[in-house]
Amino acid sequence: MQKLPLLGAEAIAQGAIDGGMSGIYAYPGTPSTEITEYVQINKTAKERKIHSRWSTNEKTAMEAALGMSYAGKRAMVCMKHVGLNVAADAFMNSAITGVNGGLLVTVADDPSMHSSQNEQDSRYYGKFAMIPTLEPSNQQEAYEMAYHGFELSEKYQTPVLIRITTRLAHSRAAVGRHDVKNENKLVLPQDPKQFILLPSIARGRYKNLLGNQANFLLSSEESVYNQYFEGKDKSMGIIACGISYNYLKENFRDEDIAYPVLKIGQYPIPKSKIEKIANECNKLLILEEGYPLIEEMIKGYLANGIKVNGRLDGTLPRDGELNPTIVAKSLGLSGTKTFDIPDFLANRPPMLCQGCGHADTYNALNIALNNYGKGRVFSDIGCYTLGALPPFETIDSCVDMGASITMAKGAADAGLIPAVAFIGDSTFTHSGITGLIDAVKEKSHVTIIIADNFTTAMTGGQESSATGKIEDICQGIGVEPEHIRIFVPLKKNMDEMVRIFKEEMAYEGVSVVIPRRECIQTLAKRKKEAKKKILN
Amino acid sequence: MKTDIVLAGVGGQGILSIAATIGMAATKDNLNIKQAEVHGMSQRGGAVLSHMRISEKEIASDLIPEGYADLILSVEPMESLRYLPFLNANGWIVANSTPYINIPDYPDIKRILGEIEQHANHILIDADHIAKEIGSPKSSNIVMLGAASPFINIPFESFLEGIKLIFGKKGDKVVNDNIAALHAGKSFSEKHSVKN
Repeated sequence: MQKLPLLGAEAIAQGAIDGGMSGIYAYPGTPSTEITEYVQINKTAKERKIHSRWSTNEKTAMEAALGMSYAGKRAMVCMKHVGLNVAADAFMNSAITGVNGGLLVTVADDPSMHSSQNEQDSRYYGKFAMIPTLEPSNQQEAYEMAYHGFELSEKYQTPVLIRITTRLAHSRAAVGRHDVKNENKLVLPQDPKQFILLPSIARGRYKNLLGNQANFLLSSEESVYNQYFEGKDKSMGIIACGISYNYLKENFRDEDIAYPVLKIGQYPIPKSKIEKIANECNKLLILEEGYPLIEEMIKGYLANGIKVNGRLDGTLPRDGELNPTIVAKSLGLSGTKTFDIPDFLANRPPMLCQGCGHADTYNALNIALNNYGKGRVFSDIGCYTLGALPPFETIDSCVDMGASITMAKGAADAGLIPAVAFIGDSTFTHSGITGLIDAVKEKSHVTIIIADNFTTAMTGGQESSATGKIEDICQGIGVEPEHIRIFVPLKKNMDEMVRIFKEEMAYEGVSVVIPRRECIQTLAKRKKEAKKKILN
Repeated sequence: MKTDIVLAGVGGQGILSIAATIGMAATKDNLNIKQAEVHGMSQRGGAVLSHMRISEKEIASDLIPEGYADLILSVEPMESLRYLPFLNANGWIVANSTPYINIPDYPDIKRILGEIEQHANHILIDADHIAKEIGSPKSSNIVMLGAASPFINIPFESFLEGIKLIFGKKGDKVVNDNIAALHAGKSFSEKHSVKN
């Protein structure tokens, strides 16, 4: 089969399709979005009718994937790192239930926070749930791990976590493929009680998971992804995880690496190989993209064993992603930089697109807020988070999906009245609805702005579960119909927008204001496609 | 033989389509490629870059180490300077001279162009103007690629093939416009690539 130039994210998708996957479940989130998008347009996936429609959030995605596994079929759920926090309840318990059909949980971490609120390391979740975790170093391994991951999952009846990071997810290289496997047949779990986590059964299932740990370790010891490379210079041994192995190799180019190297791509970490490198080397250098997981384990709290260099002792920075230059420094190699960045350059931060409806909404909101003063707008995750930056500087918080509504409620409870929430349509259905129920129940003095642009814009315009339903949802929850207000955010409507904001902020109860205009990016895309259709 | 390229610009200027054309040309020549892209938040009008690595040998890192890039290809002048630490001592800067001003504190353009001109190996090209001149204003990206083509270790014919493959679906006119743009960029570079 011809090699395909694939992003790391796409390689995982192709590997899963070729590995006999029957469904993928996900909510978009950078850098994981392209996995699902690839399945949505893939020919084989279409022919096989592989499920690939977006879920409303990561928890619903995780649970649906577990349901598909229950029915005997192979499923993947994918998300960005913080999405796993949303799905954590289902994820942790899926380790206890175990699986029937193979289940892969693919999580894309974002060290350096290119498009995220934190840089948490999902390998800790793998350890927390006590399940096998795979971490590819390149696009080909990403493919292999998805392709063979289903077998690993089914062999031990456990979900398997695949952890990638931004650089691999968004870097392209040629990937070779294997034959396409058949999908599993529909088959119920052999043990009819496997998925019933009543305490009496859950205790047994948990013992089963604990008993499986030895198997997971054995699998890791024998894994092709955990490779030991001998080296003559035993003054140092290097443990390199995932993509950091490439940065290590880059620094030696055409030469062999003189030091013994343990490349890690499967967890739990292979104990005998760790013992070997620790026994034969004077000290260890540990390269990890993310938190110092292995470094902490090997060093231990008392640090009274072998000398360990890494992120904890300052050999490598404690935060941020690695790159070949940082790894060179940790190896004591001199830098090769010739030129510096001129000091007069200006930063160019991201900003709202020209003509974006959020801009008009923020301009109106700033005017309406003049009566009350600053510091009362709780926002959320989406393009509109850019309202924190000049020229708007409208919003005062951005914490997690859905936190706008609930934080506004808590602030109003504390006496910050009126409190304002600013949330997008897709984020509202993802995690905003439950918070709105709380606010309605207590008749909190909050004004909730649900900016409706009919799409999940930040991640590139995926379908939004909220489209066409927002007023019905709000009314169904109990928001009074006369306090659900809609306008079109355009400059020419400025007076109307300001007036509505002012009226609703003055109302001593829950108001929902819906600025509604299509995202200009999806509008442009739609027009382009319509034009193409006419031409054809 | 290897070429490490830093592609720079502003979100929305389409550096990914330049990358796709180079990638297609390199694949035609059976070269290894790795290309790290920027997706997500920075695509909203912010500074964007892509690391494009081409080599006969296996490529280890997806990111270019500092001091290793053979070429900075930037569709915006200030953005070419942001990535100077990646450039090797003999590397080339190929930059569009037309600024993209979407920030209030954009520095004096003369100072930016002066800084680029100070660099021994540089091509400053008004790609927007050249694209208009040849009657294909949308092809300024490919003018830039043409201008950079002499510094990339891929035969020029492979770029032509790459363009045919990438733009073929859009019809002959689009293909021909882009081929003209590629030639225009290349001939500009050949006239101006005398070392200072």
